[in-house]
Amino acid sequence: MRPPHEFSQKIPQKPSDIKRYLSILLFILLIYSAGKFTRFSVRDLIEGMNEGAGFLKELFFPPDWAYMRRLIDPMKETIQISIVGTFFGSIFAIPLAILSARNFLQKPLITGFFRNFLGLFRTIPSLVFAALFASVFGLGSFPGMMALVVFTSGLVAKLGFEAIESIDPGPVEALESCGASKLSILRYAIIPQILPQYLSFVLYSFEINIRASAVLGYVGAGGIANYYNRTLSFLQYDRAGSIVILTFVVVMALDLVSSRIRERLL
Amino acid sequence: MLEIRNISKTYPNGVQALSDVSLNIEKGEFVSIIGLSGAGKSTLLRSINKLIDMTEGDILFQGKSIREAKGKELRLIRRDIGMIFQSFNLVKRSRVITNVLCGRIAYHSPFVTFFGLYPKEDRQIAFEALDRVNILEKAYNRADELSGGQMQRVAIARSLAQEPILLLADEPVASLDPLTTIQVMDDLKRINRDLGLTMLVNLHHVDLALKYSSRIIGLRAGKLVFDGKAKDVNDDVLKEIYGRELTSSEVFGEVDHAPSS
Repeated sequence: MRPPHEFSQKIPQKPSDIKRYLSILLFILLIYSAGKFTRFSVRDLIEGMNEGAGFLKELFFPPDWAYMRRLIDPMKETIQISIVGTFFGSIFAIPLAILSARNFLQKPLITGFFRNFLGLFRTIPSLVFAALFASVFGLGSFPGMMALVVFTSGLVAKLGFEAIESIDPGPVEALESCGASKLSILRYAIIPQILPQYLSFVLYSFEINIRASAVLGYVGAGGIANYYNRTLSFLQYDRAGSIVILTFVVVMALDLVSSRIRERLL
Repeated sequence: MLEIRNISKTYPNGVQALSDVSLNIEKGEFVSIIGLSGAGKSTLLRSINKLIDMTEGDILFQGKSIREAKGKELRLIRRDIGMIFQSFNLVKRSRVITNVLCGRIAYHSPFVTFFGLYPKEDRQIAFEALDRVNILEKAYNRADELSGGQMQRVAIARSLAQEPILLLADEPVASLDPLTTIQVMDDLKRINRDLGLTMLVNLHHVDLALKYSSRIIGLRAGKLVFDGKAKDVNDDVLKEIYGRELTSSEVFGEVDHAPSS
């Protein structure tokens, strides 16, 4: 054993804590100024809660169960919008993903262009697209579907090209050595490797789309939210309550089924 | 058949992997390339089918320039040169037969291969290739259900389905256990003998190289330092190639006990 004083000399000096305290201070300042900026007040929150409780009571105690029957068709429309939107979006995503993957084309100009293009698709929320398309194509489910096509192709293509870029390059090399063309390499070395992931991305975007399509009607793009808008403006809170319940149940159910299938895929 | 003429390769990061290597390979030879890791063995093999672009010199395969070849011409040259890899490089999620049929891709139009419309004769060739490496019964298994040795035999079958003239093997047994190593090396030897297929093999284990090949090529730091018959390789030659005594990892050790088919 060494003498204790010699050992204590070996212990490195404790680094200064100033950085950590400064970070905490900065964080608190940030939260505070954000609250100030948005005029957040605790009193409003508590008063709002009281009001909210009253509103909840009107919505759900009891909801207008009879009204549900009239909601079945718009709910169907919502589901249709998300299925069709997911389907076409996922198909458009395939060429976009292939053109964006750096390891496939190996043409930085092309891949760079498509990557930025996809970024644009994803950063604009589908509700904004829906409002835009509703003003172009008129009200109804078509603009809603188009919005989901754009959003889905952006999302699935992004996840897709990342999947392509992380494949095992070995089979690609092997197929090149066989004299395979780019198309054959895609078909036999790349697609089999990413297919389960791709299907899982499609289901994942379906889960997002079903939630998004439940509010698309708000900007006139078809589906259940149209009715939400209508009942609220007529102060029919019990009817709005039944819309909320139906939406909740349907979204939860589809979400559950989809995520179960996804677990199986991977 | 294969003329390598003064090729050099400098990678973009400045590493010179090959410098002024020249050699000729004749039809039917079984040639092993030995040398330390980093000596340029893989680069040399990959220059032959242009998976890597050489920076100087040229390679003539059946009189055709590899350096100039591109597009369809390159694909047709590659069709005649099979290659197997240390990590097998099978598409693991696909069936064995699908993997082997990949060897037939360059014989058909993109349309035929894209939809998998291989003619009957191609399937026959694929089955025969699998039979030649004794793994026909696994034809409809998924590739990821196989053991390492079985995967490498499927990879050999895939390259045989190309009906190649030359087979390149880049460390074909480096990921295999001793028993399957012997089986795979025996397969290669048998194919070389029965089909007259020319073999060019990178090997880490010197004694395996000496046992199986008729000719040895020694690379050291990108330069060709030995090219001669396997029986002429002695301790002095090995010292020249390795720059030191061999370590135990470079000797396989069980060659003498191995059954030779």
